[in-house]
Amino acid sequence: MLAFTVRRAIQAIGVMIAVGIISFSMFRFAGDPVNQMVSMDTSGAERAAIRQSLGLDDPVIVQFGRYVANAAQFKFGVSYQFRLPVSQLLSERMPATLELAICATIFAMVCGILMGVYSALRRDSWLTHAFQAISLIGISLPTFLIGILLIYLFSVTLGWLPSFGRGEVVRIGWWTTGLLTLSGLKALIMPSVTLGLFQLTLIMRLVRAEMLEVMRTDYIRFARARGLTTRAIHFGHALRNTLVPVITVAGLQFGSVIAFAIITETVFQWPGMGLLFVQAVQNVDIPIMAAYLMMVSLIFVTINLVVDILYTIVDPRLRSTVSRAH
Amino acid sequence: MSVGRSLFAATLAGILALTLSPASGQTLRYANQGELKSLDPYTLNESTTHAHLGHVYEGLVERDKDLKIIPALAESWETPEPTRWRFHLRKGVKFHNGDPFTADDVVFSAERVRAQGSNLLNRLPADAKVVKVDDYTVDFILSSPNPILIGQWDVWYIMDKKWAEANNAVAPTPAAATTPSYASLHANGTGPFMIDSHQPGVKTVFKANPNYWKKPEHNLKEIVFTPIASDATRVAALLSGEVDVIEPVPIQDIQRVNASPNATVLSGPELRTIFIGMDQSRDELLFSNIKGKNPFQDIRVREAFYKAIDVELIKNRVMRGLSTPSALMIAPELYPLSKEFTRPKFDLDGAKKLLTEAGYPDGFEVTMDCPNDRYVNDAAICQAVVGMLARVGVKVNLLAQPKAQYFAKVLKPGGYKTSFFLLGWTPATMDSQNVLHDIMGCRDDPKDPNRGEANLGGYCNKQLDELTDKVLVEPDMTKRNLLIKQAFEIGNKDWAYIPLHQQALAWGVSKKVKLVQRADNQVLLYWATKQEE
Repeated sequence: MLAFTVRRAIQAIGVMIAVGIISFSMFRFAGDPVNQMVSMDTSGAERAAIRQSLGLDDPVIVQFGRYVANAAQFKFGVSYQFRLPVSQLLSERMPATLELAICATIFAMVCGILMGVYSALRRDSWLTHAFQAISLIGISLPTFLIGILLIYLFSVTLGWLPSFGRGEVVRIGWWTTGLLTLSGLKALIMPSVTLGLFQLTLIMRLVRAEMLEVMRTDYIRFARARGLTTRAIHFGHALRNTLVPVITVAGLQFGSVIAFAIITETVFQWPGMGLLFVQAVQNVDIPIMAAYLMMVSLIFVTINLVVDILYTIVDPRLRSTVSRAH
Repeated sequence: MSVGRSLFAATLAGILALTLSPASGQTLRYANQGELKSLDPYTLNESTTHAHLGHVYEGLVERDKDLKIIPALAESWETPEPTRWRFHLRKGVKFHNGDPFTADDVVFSAERVRAQGSNLLNRLPADAKVVKVDDYTVDFILSSPNPILIGQWDVWYIMDKKWAEANNAVAPTPAAATTPSYASLHANGTGPFMIDSHQPGVKTVFKANPNYWKKPEHNLKEIVFTPIASDATRVAALLSGEVDVIEPVPIQDIQRVNASPNATVLSGPELRTIFIGMDQSRDELLFSNIKGKNPFQDIRVREAFYKAIDVELIKNRVMRGLSTPSALMIAPELYPLSKEFTRPKFDLDGAKKLLTEAGYPDGFEVTMDCPNDRYVNDAAICQAVVGMLARVGVKVNLLAQPKAQYFAKVLKPGGYKTSFFLLGWTPATMDSQNVLHDIMGCRDDPKDPNRGEANLGGYCNKQLDELTDKVLVEPDMTKRNLLIKQAFEIGNKDWAYIPLHQQALAWGVSKKVKLVQRADNQVLLYWATKQEE
């Protein structure tokens, strides 16, 4: 078990180094950062001095090596545009992204499970057909379009919800939260729905399929024969057995919710890490791009590692195949 | 007992102070597509940043609503000799923290703006001497005369020496700084607004300065600035009334904003000139199918390109009427004799004939570099040009890229790697000399030119350069304007560039707000008034 975990952790580090090398070799095509830092009529000598002070003239591999050496000491450099430490910028923006991602996941889980169960139990109801249509929209419409449509409906036409930003935030230590104010909660609704819609669709379809599968099994039939209430059968037995794969999928999807928050954050001007990243790309702010990409890969790698470990705990068969393979 | 009474008195005084202090006044919410990156006024020479910081800081001079230079922190100035400028400073002005403004601050700012890490080095020649005569008089001693010395001083903001020294912010934050500078997160100016809070890239709150030396022209208590990068969201925020002012409104949304009950679009000509350039310096174009020679070195080809491009069609179709076709490389607002120039007419047959004469009856192939996120509808303009040139047989391969990649390729650091390009230019000094020197002057050094630095096509005419040098030192305005006219005439005769138009400014403004739109696109809210809510 320990050997397994160590091996997986080493693999995870390998993945992160690979991500780092790939992203560093791509930064060269993002443009010249110095151009974005100075005005057009800046002299060549001044530009050269800046390039030199940032070490941009060194070969990619040297730049990467320096970055890794600093990152190992938790030094992620200073943003070219803001002249502030990247770690400070990311940690200021992280609460916004995490709150959004968690709310979107909760929204997707709750609505997805309810809708999935309903459409599995009442297969021919008109509401089921409506749910199916919604899920089709959620899968096929691009996120930014859904966001803009919501803004025009609920902000411009109805005037119920704010079209951008986080509203008023409350500071608790280094964490800022929008969950404690009315404007903060209102500001969370549309971005969460936009971000969670795709996951909702996924979960709803998964729950529906699993539920139909489970409802056909023998133990449900026996439960019926024993005279248990429909409610107890549906929710106590059938739903509980469908949830294992649902939780796995939702957990694995959490990483991509954070990563894909980029688009939602851009549409709603949500001051999170995704927005910071998009603006960094436009301004060739390499320290922010590098740190963000490393962080997202760290999140993915960690989630996968945890899931792998949990699987071996839950399912002893996996453990035995692992030990037999060596 | 006495403690209780004094506490009561203090509370009462507090309440009184609250009701008497400028709690009255409106909150104005403003959204721009770009963010305010640093509060340090010397680290980025960019007009939006200058506009934001212009609420907090002030220069020795400022520009009024018509862009005329007027006194600000300097009450008056004179030039006893052409190389010596004497400034008489305004008395009784205080920085936001209460420090008095004196000559020491001017001398300090003159050092800081020329220090390493500053991006505003061109505000003051490196060899200029700044001498404090007394507490309220400063002399600037130059090595050669410069009649437009103060042309950019409206955005050279004066900083507080004492404050900078106390907070270890004597030098501008260099690009490679590892610790954030105090001045990039805090500000202490003399301007009409003070920074109340600043979260870079998220939100900045400006509070009205109760001790401002001038009578305010606004009725605001605070300005809340939020960057909103997405066009659709920014427009939606204006339409829903969540923000009062947005800049810019995308051209395609102007009608919708005007049709809404809450807001209108304030538009006017901008000072930026959009133009097309051609590589005339290389003996063979980098990106063309013609080998061994450069078609753009033939003056007839340049004239043919000029005449094949229909600016009126670009105005009507691409710009939806929001552009002013231009015959010059400078906006008419910045050069009084502009009216004496007319743009040669669109002439398709003439263009074809010229190309045939030049030996390209079937045209040729060339790649056009174009930004797609820098100017209003930039990529769409380039696409239109591609279509227009196709009608005279020239096949243009369009390479439209985001500005980061585009500028990296075509500007000096990228080695001017372009054969045919679209660019925009606003002279930073608001003066023709800058255009003649930076864009139309011969590159004086092939690797790192100073003259002709932004002359991406490498156009060169020594006669024009001689005139430009005379323009720089000519103190008589009438003579100076005539010299400029001669220089522009040479450029036009050589078909050096194809000026297209001045694009239009478009600000979305709530109907509750009245403000002044200045042609340099600086959103200055200290001239804004808002109706009571």
